[in-house]
Amino acid sequence: MNEIFTIQNSILEISYLGASLLFILGLKKLSHPLTARAGNLWAAAGMTAAIVFTILFHQMDGKGIGNIPWILAALAIGSFIGWYASVKVKMTAMPQMVSIFNGMGGACAALISLMEFPHLQDELAAAGHTHMLTGPAIAILLGLMIGSVSFAGSMIAFLKLDGRLGDIKTPALRIVNLSFLVVLLVALVVIMYMHPVSGNNWPIYLFALAALIYGVTFVMPIGGADMPVVISLLNSFTGVAAAMGGFLYNNQAMLTGGILVGSAGTILTILMTRAMNRSLLNVIIGAFGVASGSGSESEDQTVKEISLSDAAVLLSYSQKVYIVPGYGLAVAQAQHLCHDLDNLLTDKGVEVKYAIHPVAGRMPGHMNVLLAEADVPYEKLVEMEDANNEMSNTDVVIVIGANDVVNPAAEEDPSSPIYGMPIIRAQDARNVIVMKRSMAAGYAAIPNNLFYHPKNRMLFGDAKATLQKLVAEIKSL
Amino acid sequence: MTEILQFFWDNKDLIFIIILSVYLGIEVISHVPAVLHTPLMSGSNAIHGVVIIGAIIVMGHAESTLALILGFVAVILGTLNVVGGFVVTDRMLEMFKKKKK
Repeated sequence: MNEIFTIQNSILEISYLGASLLFILGLKKLSHPLTARAGNLWAAAGMTAAIVFTILFHQMDGKGIGNIPWILAALAIGSFIGWYASVKVKMTAMPQMVSIFNGMGGACAALISLMEFPHLQDELAAAGHTHMLTGPAIAILLGLMIGSVSFAGSMIAFLKLDGRLGDIKTPALRIVNLSFLVVLLVALVVIMYMHPVSGNNWPIYLFALAALIYGVTFVMPIGGADMPVVISLLNSFTGVAAAMGGFLYNNQAMLTGGILVGSAGTILTILMTRAMNRSLLNVIIGAFGVASGSGSESEDQTVKEISLSDAAVLLSYSQKVYIVPGYGLAVAQAQHLCHDLDNLLTDKGVEVKYAIHPVAGRMPGHMNVLLAEADVPYEKLVEMEDANNEMSNTDVVIVIGANDVVNPAAEEDPSSPIYGMPIIRAQDARNVIVMKRSMAAGYAAIPNNLFYHPKNRMLFGDAKATLQKLVAEIKSL
Repeated sequence: MTEILQFFWDNKDLIFIIILSVYLGIEVISHVPAVLHTPLMSGSNAIHGVVIIGAIIVMGHAESTLALILGFVAVILGTLNVVGGFVVTDRMLEMFKKKKK
């Protein structure tokens, strides 16, 4: 569309080249701990450049960008809301926030397609085409479909992460799901071969609606624990939808940015499933759905409780204590108290460290972020493999709000759904204290034999309240 | 067959960019530690907000009121994605930096 050489066009393309380079370098830097923050800023700089130069220099059919006051107003409103929401959101709610922002991107891509389709249809009708099948039409329809699925899916993922929506696991939904996908693809082909008639836009609205519904049914049956994987997948979807826009407008910044996220997002999704020892297909179809019968024999086993004062004494006179934090800690907002406990014990000469499972919390790295927020020093956070090597000379392991990541069934019981997932081997320590609200199963809905282990004692109650009492108890010793 | 070849010919530059970008995306991400999965997802989430360029183009050439309104909404949504994405990522990474001392 801007094929003719003008100074403006050339400057615009150079700015897009710069933006693409900044995206690539930003992403590269984002994958190293030391440079990550700079990488994020680089990518943001690329984005700013692309936006500013588009407004200044973009030309289509010889016309520059109009409605600039409106565009600036929309940019201002979006920036303010986006900035405000991100600054105000609690660290524990980060995954939800990422999901919402991803949905916004998907919706944006879908809206662009909805507006461009009538244009294209008018053009093709005027040119006397007998069907819609052209490059731009493919880009518009795919952008609309992927964008809508990403938007609807992200909203469902958000509701699930926020605990406002449970899982619906029926085989029927799976069939509905699959048939919807088939309907969508058939509809796509039908619209392609439709005779272009100016103003005849209802098929595309129906198509958008169907894609939205598919987005809902696609995410609905997937378990809440797998939402990070789903968000990562939808993230790469939105990338592809953005790239479709790039194809449509022959816009290199959109194309490289979108495709880069599409492919990087897919790899990231696969890496995340690999950390849980699962496959992507397994996550989407949902093997965690059916609770295995393997834990049933443990029901007649007894659980030992520990009193607060016993726990306080045990901890105070230990040499080495490992804390295993989980999502329960995050939900209870108890990371600061956890650090208090750590300080108190450290003052008494106890060596305190944290064993971090790669998928503890709701997202990989979630725990690191939360504990860092509570000023826990970096050196105290120990990765799973290293922590496991130290377990046998650890006096006490305190499991706070974690469950599946310390479940020995992952190593011992081949029939368990989480069999093969690497775990923190808490049972190797001399004593284990599990802090938990109740005996309920974890997010993967499977029983945990660690609770019945002879070395283990339970400390029931809300993580925050219990930690508060425990800290007070240790202080009074 | 001719149509496919024609399609390739018409779009050869874009197809080259797509193929190379796919490879680049895979290569850049492959060796990332698990700790950075979340910030990386969030950062790439912000990058696909580049779709906002499309929204600006649509809005900049909108002729009807309806197109203007839809474009307005699209630009707001895209900006949310971009600004929110980068700010959230920065907040996450700020935590990482602090603990480095």
